[in-house]
Amino acid sequence: MMIKPIRLRSRVVAFVILALVGAAMPFAASAQSASVPDTKTWDGLKGDVFGQKPIGDAGGIITIDAPKRAEDAAIVPIDLHFKTDASTGRIKAVTLIVDENPSPVAAVFQFGKDAGVTHLATRLRVNAYSYVRAIAETEDGKLHMTQTFVKASGGCSAPAMKNQDESLASLGKMKLRVFTSKTPGNEPMTRATEMQLMIRHPNNSGLQMDQLTRYYIPAHFIQGLTVSQGDRLIMSMDGGISISEDPNFRFEFDAKPGEDVKVEAADTEGKKFQDEWPLESSSL
Amino acid sequence: MSQSTRRSVLKNGVFFACCGISHVRLARAQSSPVEPLPVKEITGGIFAFAGRPEMMTAKNEGEICNVSFIIGDEAVAVIDSGGSVAEGRELLAAIRARTNKPIRYLINTHMHPDHIFGNAAFGETGAIVVGHHNLPRALTARGDYYLQSYRDAMGSELMVDIRIIPPTKLITGEEQLDLGNRKLTLKAWKPAHTDNDLTIFDEQSGTFFTGDLCFIKHLPTMDGSLLGWIAQLEELKGIKAEFAVPGHGPVPSAWPQALEQEQRYFDALARDIRKAIADGVPMAEAVKTAAESERNNWRLFDEYNVRNATAAFAELEWE
Repeated sequence: MMIKPIRLRSRVVAFVILALVGAAMPFAASAQSASVPDTKTWDGLKGDVFGQKPIGDAGGIITIDAPKRAEDAAIVPIDLHFKTDASTGRIKAVTLIVDENPSPVAAVFQFGKDAGVTHLATRLRVNAYSYVRAIAETEDGKLHMTQTFVKASGGCSAPAMKNQDESLASLGKMKLRVFTSKTPGNEPMTRATEMQLMIRHPNNSGLQMDQLTRYYIPAHFIQGLTVSQGDRLIMSMDGGISISEDPNFRFEFDAKPGEDVKVEAADTEGKKFQDEWPLESSSL
Repeated sequence: MSQSTRRSVLKNGVFFACCGISHVRLARAQSSPVEPLPVKEITGGIFAFAGRPEMMTAKNEGEICNVSFIIGDEAVAVIDSGGSVAEGRELLAAIRARTNKPIRYLINTHMHPDHIFGNAAFGETGAIVVGHHNLPRALTARGDYYLQSYRDAMGSELMVDIRIIPPTKLITGEEQLDLGNRKLTLKAWKPAHTDNDLTIFDEQSGTFFTGDLCFIKHLPTMDGSLLGWIAQLEELKGIKAEFAVPGHGPVPSAWPQALEQEQRYFDALARDIRKAIADGVPMAEAVKTAAESERNNWRLFDEYNVRNATAAFAELEWE
């Protein structure tokens, strides 16, 4: 006869604790975001992305730069630099993650064996106060992580398209810019060349609910991207919805003058986009 | 905190204190009589309130943009509902202090929270919500995000009542609404401040309600197309108005001189960003110094300029 009330009481206690946790959560979250951000989200996330594989500190193998505050939540510039000396081995792949975004894995980049990519800049949507982290996989299979914390934007900035009609009207249009080398003393045949690839695409998240119909708008984003020169893979990307509208990649690699740069992209609606640009020796 | 509340907190245990406080505040907010928004009559039958050039906060209740109403022979039209339901209720009280005519239209000039968060205050007036034909789509893409992202700055007390209420009467091109011997001309613009900017012109008085196509003192914010905004400035200037009610800035303001400040800022921003793009300066670098020459001319420069420069960079790169 004594068991029942005890069980009841413990159930009540459980309910109260649950209610307390629920009530306390928003306070805890805002306290966290104001001071030292916690890594709870990442702790829950890393197993889903990397399994049981240990993830070490980047120790300079890869570095990440981002603004402290996401001024425009739709366009947050992210800069990655890679160390390419022999002691650490080549970086095979980099995974870019925005912890607090609805789909945290922004992109996975794979780099060609002799592409010599040393720098990659892109733009992300950042929905909330969040860590943005880059995890590099070196040739030995080891993972190296670096991260930075980005505060959410203020004001009426939102991670959404600014000019939706324009964005769809010029869907798939590409632009490639070649920047003159910053190190003029280098050998002309092997020096790193900096390029910027721009693709017109809404890169729509599909997480937006129509306020009238209460249906979600289907996602529409660039899923796959390959940049090559001649027969050489420079880099490829498996992309997600955290990459900004009009995906934009600025990168440095070992260019071979005279060979065309080719870009192929595919989106979630099965549309394929491709373009090719000659790379003259004079443009390096 | 009242005696009874303190007792109930003690009774329920210290952990409930946080919930208790917010409930008390909420109850107080709801029971207190609504103070009418201090609007001024700028001409016969047209009333406006000038918002503060600040970010939306719990303290200013989101009252940062200009809100207005127009009284015709038969009915009233409200132009923007303010940045919280609290402000919307104060605006409604200001209307009711002056007329008992029905509120036929609630016109939203565009999607931003400071202009639409008060919509729910007009839910029981029967007003038809009017907006640019792109406004429902824009709110679909942003509504949930706005509700979540303003929680920190505005606090849950103000946020709890706020609903995203999209327009049901949509404007394409130009359309007239009649308030009874008072015709309003609504015009849906091409992407500029946002991709859903709507202006209202009152023929009787020559008053032009620009929405956020015109900013004075408060730094303009880019959420549509800088090029589109610049391109439509001439057409805006061509509106034959006696004076304007800008989205932000003094009420009323001289027209078209009201556009001069923002035009100068746009020119500086576009010039600096174009130069950076031509020089190959990366976005993250370029946005730090763009339009710096404009810093001392504006309120909220630090809050919005880098963001404007970022949006401008992403747009002008495609030129």
